[in-house]
Amino acid sequence: MRLMGLSTGTLVRLFLALVVLFACLAVYAVGALAADLTFPPLTGRVVDGAGILTPDQRTALEAKLKAHEDKTSDQVVVATVPNLQGTTIEDFANRLFRDWKLGQAKTNNGALLLVAPSERKVRIEVGYGLEGALTDALSRVIIASAITPRFKTGDYYGGIDAGIDGILGILSGDAQEWQRKPQVRADEVDPGQVAVFVILFLVVLFVAWRMSRGGGGRGGRSAGRGGGIVFLPGSGSGGWSGGFSDGGASGGFGGGFSGGGGSSGGGGSSGDW
Amino acid sequence: MVSMLNAGALRPTSAAARLLSALTILLVAIGLSGCGAINRVPTLEEQAKSSWSEVQNQYQRRADLIPNLVETVKGYAQQEKDVLIGVTEARAKASSVKVDASTVSDPQKFKEFQDAQNQLSGALGRLLVTVEKYPDLKSNQNFLALQSQLEGTENRIAVARRDYIGSVQAYNTELRTIPGRWIAAILYPEAKPMETFSATPNADRPPNVKF
Repeated sequence: MRLMGLSTGTLVRLFLALVVLFACLAVYAVGALAADLTFPPLTGRVVDGAGILTPDQRTALEAKLKAHEDKTSDQVVVATVPNLQGTTIEDFANRLFRDWKLGQAKTNNGALLLVAPSERKVRIEVGYGLEGALTDALSRVIIASAITPRFKTGDYYGGIDAGIDGILGILSGDAQEWQRKPQVRADEVDPGQVAVFVILFLVVLFVAWRMSRGGGGRGGRSAGRGGGIVFLPGSGSGGWSGGFSDGGASGGFGGGFSGGGGSSGGGGSSGDW
Repeated sequence: MVSMLNAGALRPTSAAARLLSALTILLVAIGLSGCGAINRVPTLEEQAKSSWSEVQNQYQRRADLIPNLVETVKGYAQQEKDVLIGVTEARAKASSVKVDASTVSDPQKFKEFQDAQNQLSGALGRLLVTVEKYPDLKSNQNFLALQSQLEGTENRIAVARRDYIGSVQAYNTELRTIPGRWIAAILYPEAKPMETFSATPNADRPPNVKF
């Protein structure tokens, strides 16, 4: 059985190939699993879905969280929800955390304080990367000693604020250790040495200035910079500030606020009041 | 069959046909790899395997916490021998279940693993209920720390199980639906569907402990 010089085997293979390609397209069209919970969008570091905070209180909390993130790149976010949509707070918090992708993608350094006033539940969900610092036991202590006593009296802002202070306090425990070292070293610097360096710098600057003037034929300014021996103050300070902002800022937070791609495996603790 | 006869009788055309078929396969391969289909079976398999090791990891973490917990409780509630022995035995049984990479594709072994872990969950639940009777123990710092660790671990187990169920579902679906099924049959004949957790009452929830 032959058609246009092709054997049956080839025809069958061609047919299969076509079917496979179509099936492949069909699989793509079917798409992802339907999500059974709906999550609020991550509009800022404080997402007050339950409406228990005033704008002033929210701004104050956001400022605190932003200051911490600018310093350490840890993303700590507060969320309040009108209800838990029928699931447990552990489940809801973990899924919300993953939906928002809190923390940087590489370090997973996010934490979420979730409050569900109608269920009277609160949870601190901790990203993989912060589990070592903000342990389950510490999360529990924060909830039991700082948050729920205030929630019991109806003081939501006080509870959230104290909880955030506790979380940030624990999280900056590590960071402070790191930051103290350079400070200590800076204190030990002998003022005499600084003076010597300043004088040396001025001398080099002066020499460079003389060289740039002396090399008249090559055009003063470009020769001085192009020589590459000395960074003039203008270009030098530009380089430094660029370097610092690269290190400090976490990617993509210039305009709005978004999760950095982190994940959580269910660390943290929950409580009720 | 016919093509085989042709292959013997008409060599030159057959060579051309073979070339054409090779080209077709190559084209299909390029087309499929373009949309990632060829690599999807092993990719999903690896994902499911890594979710499985996370499940094992968290169950192991729970097992590691238990001796300490039992010791602490013993100091305050010596008379609760039955419950303590129950936990210790359930732990020993759960640890004795051999778990390796083949467990996930062997329904029998998988059920054994799941049953042993569920039994341990039950025994732990009973222990935590018993503890309610001992206010001294409940206010013991060591016990409180252990308890929050245990709760955290149970919660991580729940998350790890959920992730595992999700990734196995994706992998099994890939193996049983059409392009993946054929690709697996041709390229990955050793790929087998994996077992998944059946929901047991209260097994996927952390034990509810009131202070």
